[in-house]
Amino acid sequence: MSTLAVETSAGRRARAACSCSHCGLPVPAGLFEEGAAEQFCCAGCRTVWGVLHAGGLEQYYRVRAAVEAPSERARTTGARYEELDDPAFRTASVRELEDGSAETDLLLEGVHCAACVWLVERLGRVTPGVIESRVHVRTRIARVRFDPERVALSRIARALDSLGYPVHPARGQAARDARTREDRRHLIRVAVAGALAGNIMLLAVALYGGEIAGIDPLWDGVFRWVSMGLGVVSLAWPGRVFFRGALAALRTRTAHLDLPIAIALLAGGAWGVTNTVRGTGEIYFDSLAVLVFLLLVGRWVQHRQQRAAADEVGLMLTLTPTSAVLVAEDGSTRRAPIESVAVGSLVEVGPGEVVPADGVVEVGHGAVDESLLTGESAPVSVRAGSPVAAGSVNMTTVLRVRVAAVGEGTRVARLMRLVAEASERKSPIVQLTDRIAGRFVLVVLTLALVTTVIWTVRADAHTALEHATALLIITCPCALGLATPMAMSVALGRAARMRTLVKSAAALEALARPGAMVLDKTGTVTEGRMSAAWFEGDDRLRGIAAALEERSAHPIGRAIVAEAPSRPAAVACEHLSGRGVRGRVDGGLAAVGSPEFVADESGVAVDADAVRRALDAGLTPVAVWAEGIGSGVFAIGDRVRDDAAEAVSALRAMGWSVRMASGDDPAVVGKVAAAVGVTDAEGRVSPEGKADLVTRLCAASDRPVVMVGDGVNDAAALAAATVGIAVHGGAEASLEAADIYISEPGVRPLVELVRLARSTKRTIRICLGASLTYNAIGATLAMCGLMSALLAAVIMPISSLVVVSIAVRPLKKRGGVR
Amino acid sequence: MTVLLIMLPMALLLAGFGVYAFIRAAKAGQFDDLDTPPLRAVFDDELEGKGSSGSG
Repeated sequence: MSTLAVETSAGRRARAACSCSHCGLPVPAGLFEEGAAEQFCCAGCRTVWGVLHAGGLEQYYRVRAAVEAPSERARTTGARYEELDDPAFRTASVRELEDGSAETDLLLEGVHCAACVWLVERLGRVTPGVIESRVHVRTRIARVRFDPERVALSRIARALDSLGYPVHPARGQAARDARTREDRRHLIRVAVAGALAGNIMLLAVALYGGEIAGIDPLWDGVFRWVSMGLGVVSLAWPGRVFFRGALAALRTRTAHLDLPIAIALLAGGAWGVTNTVRGTGEIYFDSLAVLVFLLLVGRWVQHRQQRAAADEVGLMLTLTPTSAVLVAEDGSTRRAPIESVAVGSLVEVGPGEVVPADGVVEVGHGAVDESLLTGESAPVSVRAGSPVAAGSVNMTTVLRVRVAAVGEGTRVARLMRLVAEASERKSPIVQLTDRIAGRFVLVVLTLALVTTVIWTVRADAHTALEHATALLIITCPCALGLATPMAMSVALGRAARMRTLVKSAAALEALARPGAMVLDKTGTVTEGRMSAAWFEGDDRLRGIAAALEERSAHPIGRAIVAEAPSRPAAVACEHLSGRGVRGRVDGGLAAVGSPEFVADESGVAVDADAVRRALDAGLTPVAVWAEGIGSGVFAIGDRVRDDAAEAVSALRAMGWSVRMASGDDPAVVGKVAAAVGVTDAEGRVSPEGKADLVTRLCAASDRPVVMVGDGVNDAAALAAATVGIAVHGGAEASLEAADIYISEPGVRPLVELVRLARSTKRTIRICLGASLTYNAIGATLAMCGLMSALLAAVIMPISSLVVVSIAVRPLKKRGGVR
Repeated sequence: MTVLLIMLPMALLLAGFGVYAFIRAAKAGQFDDLDTPPLRAVFDDELEGKGSSGSG
């Protein structure tokens, strides 16, 4: 270390007694190195610091100091990322470019600020062979272009990891690119419509001015023809989407808002062209162009909001592990992408990892958590010869699994097919605006017909057509098309701030009307993992039990360890499989395990009353005993969430009927249901059974049926329900099947979501009321023949403005839902 | 007033040029990411040579 470096470090230490050289957080006493120039709070920070200095990127610290106070500890996983070099992954996710370089998308955890962007985009400095890396700070996806001859993708991933950004392959690149192109088309349509509308408005000012103050017929003609030219472009190019939508609606015989819009545009356009050619009468192109522009803006706003939610869910899918550890013939292991796992191959599943394929355990014994697949909260014990299913989590020791089925053949895939079938059968939600649009078209067309007939009788056919056209344009559902998407996007934005992602506005709208709500138990109403509900006995026993269970990987053991604030040291621990642990703590004998085991060990009776109470509550009693202290009882189980009972009663109060369906043991389900106040509860329901239940409820009434769940076993029901809501910690299958994803734990967000849906619906109703009032006035004036083009041009934008401000404001003022 | 015969086409041409430029920019991906570039610009202090354009 040079003198200079030592001096600067000393100076830094003088300021902050002892903070990490990388992240600035205090260095724990145990990690303080006497006399060292640089101090680190963790291995991750040390790695990142080393990489930055070796690569000449020390400037990062200056950059970071300029944007924020450093506060996050560097996270490096040290993973090898070998799976990224696998040919199967390369063909799926790496694109070869013409100049011999390759490009891929990587999702980086931890990218969040300008300093991160700065660092990631200078990746080429520490990893030769990287040509360019560009990161998108919101989606956290980096597009890396590299020279495959000079550097392997795994090395790039390791470099990013060592900078503190764990890497995940971002699958679905093609779909993302397609969505980006769709976004661009949306934006271009809005821009073109805006430019055309603006220019036509300028010409319209001249024309209206001329109408009042007089105008040279030559210029009147020129302006009209130019207006027509621009107006026709507006209808034919950005306005095309409405005609396409209307045609689709006609073909499927459904009501859609595009239908009345297309009718108005078509009638106005035709009449405008006729009048321009004839050289007299209204031309309407200013109104039409503005109409197209405003409607497109409304759609674009809503599209962006929904797109953001879909993106977020897509990213969460990317975060789920997609690699497996393959065991070769000679016993060596390597990490490979999931695609290269075949039937008959042997895979290794570490503790805490997800089983990648269906198979049979060949080596090892322990417990797996199948709750995502079955809904059962208690782990299932497995040994050599036991079948395991893809998607279950290995809770204990390393297992080696001989693969029996992959991909389409797995149980998860069969459940996913069920999801696909369920979503095909389900009828789409008809949005309020579309329901109204159907009647609206009928009313407006009838009125137009009446106007034509009356004015043909009173005056002539020409005047009649003129007034009918004015009616069609003035009643064009601009407010419907603009205000509803605005109100919806405000609501979706609010939901996103509550960390709830709404994939379709229709789903949010459906939640406004109370109906039936089916709750899953494990992971939804309960926490989905084992924890100690209560403990009875001497407090010292908690620590002793934790000391004995310290090495245990069984969920019940982990729950006891997690519960103890501090623990003494245990020696001579003996694990007796399925019964408990005995050993010595602080010199005395001690034991923890099933009440019978502890009674045998200690020779004293365990508190029978506590054991019974635990069993009555659907919990597992675990006894603990220590020499000289006595015995105590833990009640361990999947705890009911604190907010569940309150949320259920709040939902009831809003008119929802709440029921529970779970794959778990009926006795446990019954107890949980009683605890939260649900009377209608079913246990041991298969995934198919849940989907059936939901389908039956849907058929039984026209009210919405909402399914709330988190697992693969809920996915089919989520897809079949009017609205499927996936909750915190859910499996990817349920994320895909659901319309709404709540990323906050607990049941409370569900209540807030329903409240938000209700207030949004109210806002939309007010908007519709206001816009229908405008339309009624406009229609009356037009029918009486009093609607001049000027009046129409003034009323239209004012009505839109008023309605939009209603759509955006009340939510803000009322402070929304909390 | 005859000046309008020149002004009007010119104004429309200019507007058309603006729209064309916007469409090209949108298609080149200039509006794909509105969050990162402002952060990127903060640290353009070092002389790095080529400022690369958006991804295709």
